[in-house]
Amino acid sequence: MGAIFRRELKAYFTSPIAYIFIAVFYLYTSIYFININILYGTTDMSTVFTSAFTVMMILLPLLTMRLFTEEKRQRTDQCLLTAPVNLFSIVMGKFLAAVCVYLCAMAVYVLYIITLVALAGSVAWATVIGTFIALLLMGSAFIAIGIFVSAMTENQVVAAIVSFIIIMLFYLIDMLAGMVPVEWLKNIMSALGFYTRYYEFTTGLLNVPSLIFFISTIFIFNFLTVRVLEKRRWS
Amino acid sequence: MIEVRNLTKQYGAKKAVDDLSFTVNDGEILGFLGPNGAGKSTTMNMLTGYISSTSGNALINGIDILDDPIAAKKNIGYLPEIPPLYLDMTVKDYLNFIYDLKKCKLPRKAHLEDVCSLVMIKDVYDRIIRNLSKGYKQRVGLAQALIGNPPILILDEPTVGLDPKQIIEIRTLIKRLGKKHTVILSSHILSEIQAVCDRVIIINGGKIAADDTTENLTKNISVDHRLIARIDGSREEIIKTIRNIPGVLTVVADMEREPGIYDYEIETKEDADIRRELFKRIVSRNWVMLGLKSTEMTLEDIFLKITMGDNVVIKTKKSAEEKTEKFEQDAEGISEKTEEAAETVSEENKEDKKEGEE
Repeated sequence: MGAIFRRELKAYFTSPIAYIFIAVFYLYTSIYFININILYGTTDMSTVFTSAFTVMMILLPLLTMRLFTEEKRQRTDQCLLTAPVNLFSIVMGKFLAAVCVYLCAMAVYVLYIITLVALAGSVAWATVIGTFIALLLMGSAFIAIGIFVSAMTENQVVAAIVSFIIIMLFYLIDMLAGMVPVEWLKNIMSALGFYTRYYEFTTGLLNVPSLIFFISTIFIFNFLTVRVLEKRRWS
Repeated sequence: MIEVRNLTKQYGAKKAVDDLSFTVNDGEILGFLGPNGAGKSTTMNMLTGYISSTSGNALINGIDILDDPIAAKKNIGYLPEIPPLYLDMTVKDYLNFIYDLKKCKLPRKAHLEDVCSLVMIKDVYDRIIRNLSKGYKQRVGLAQALIGNPPILILDEPTVGLDPKQIIEIRTLIKRLGKKHTVILSSHILSEIQAVCDRVIIINGGKIAADDTTENLTKNISVDHRLIARIDGSREEIIKTIRNIPGVLTVVADMEREPGIYDYEIETKEDADIRRELFKRIVSRNWVMLGLKSTEMTLEDIFLKITMGDNVVIKTKKSAEEKTEKFEQDAEGISEKTEEAAETVSEENKEDKKEGEE
């Protein structure tokens, strides 16, 4: 696991992908931060945090799209799958590497918080920390979805688009739930929605079931990735 | 040691590998020979645990690759058909990655250095793999397989894309590795197998068509004993003279090679050596022998015979007599089916018929 994690992380930073990912994220969030927090002089970071959802939805599939597609295209998966390591640690190595790049992007929030503390003296710590955790978990869930999709195709573009669609469905499912007349289906759909759960965090509500929901999503998709790799051997 | 028992891989309705069984002993270099698409790579992928078998087992040093893949994989170094290289890494980073991936316990620096000098890639150690030539990439792939000193090496067409000098170097290297490791090597280049391997398995259509030492395959399989002599002299007389030598079955004058000089194809009994007698009689008649050679079949011939026929299975060693008969039948069958490819065979047959008419 360690070897794969280190290799992936290094690959991210030897190619432009990690830099572009981080730069776009910084640009996007800083526009919100300057517009809302600095120009309006507020320490309420909830809008800055909510806005991150949209950009993550687009950026994270780009981060995960090559993780397994490239292995297959370059036939390097033959090296991984015939090495004495189990599939789970291969998947986890890649997953953690992507999460690590994601963390680098999120580190910009620390800068914003320091700026606000310097300018205004304090921020709403509970909200900020809660949201930070939620954002981390949700982004990790997006990454797990992206890795799962990349294990199923050999084409990076397809991987990026399909993972974007899946993530978008998780985003839209909340709103779709409102249109469904069947009560139990509506409940299931709104339970699966990412956005409402995430939005609660940005308003300062630390919802434990939501935390568990995100962690479960991460677990399930990583597990499915292992199954996809396993199944390919048997087909 | 590798034991393969009834290994089968089915893709839909097609059996890529069909009920393969063989054993490779420690320290043996086994050649896997077959045309493209015969099932060589599929078999190797199953042995290394990259894909699973539909049925049957593959035991690596007694461990079933499907039961305990991690323990079994520790024993194997695998060079797939396309070397699994991360093009954006330097050779150094890549080999270090493989070292970590295989959880190698040997002293890192010394071991990597050993491997690199073994496959001669020290001079490109700090370069990015993308920029290396095909030959170097292949050798980095081989280095990757050697890391951790696995007792078993499985090499899928290791010399593809190399230049003649590199091919010889890699062959010498594989031979040297064969002293300490068990090696399975696949190729569709026959001379390579002949040069490197102790034993060869010819595989065609997913089945084993022949399994024997290279020596036995070329020796035992040859239909019978044939000599070709080029003699300067009167054709009719020569044929008559040679036919009188004890042990000679048939004599045929081949085409006119030089003005008035013919090649004579002489078929003899299984263990008759008529070369001395032949020479003496030719000389006694004041003819001149310009050349004499025996036409033992090369691996090439055997390969063609086996792979051109649909269900040709050649039995070797154990049933020598039976084999000779069967093989002749097979050869006839082939010549009817494929004129071009089995040119030599059909020529022989035609002449046999001519001979019969006479």
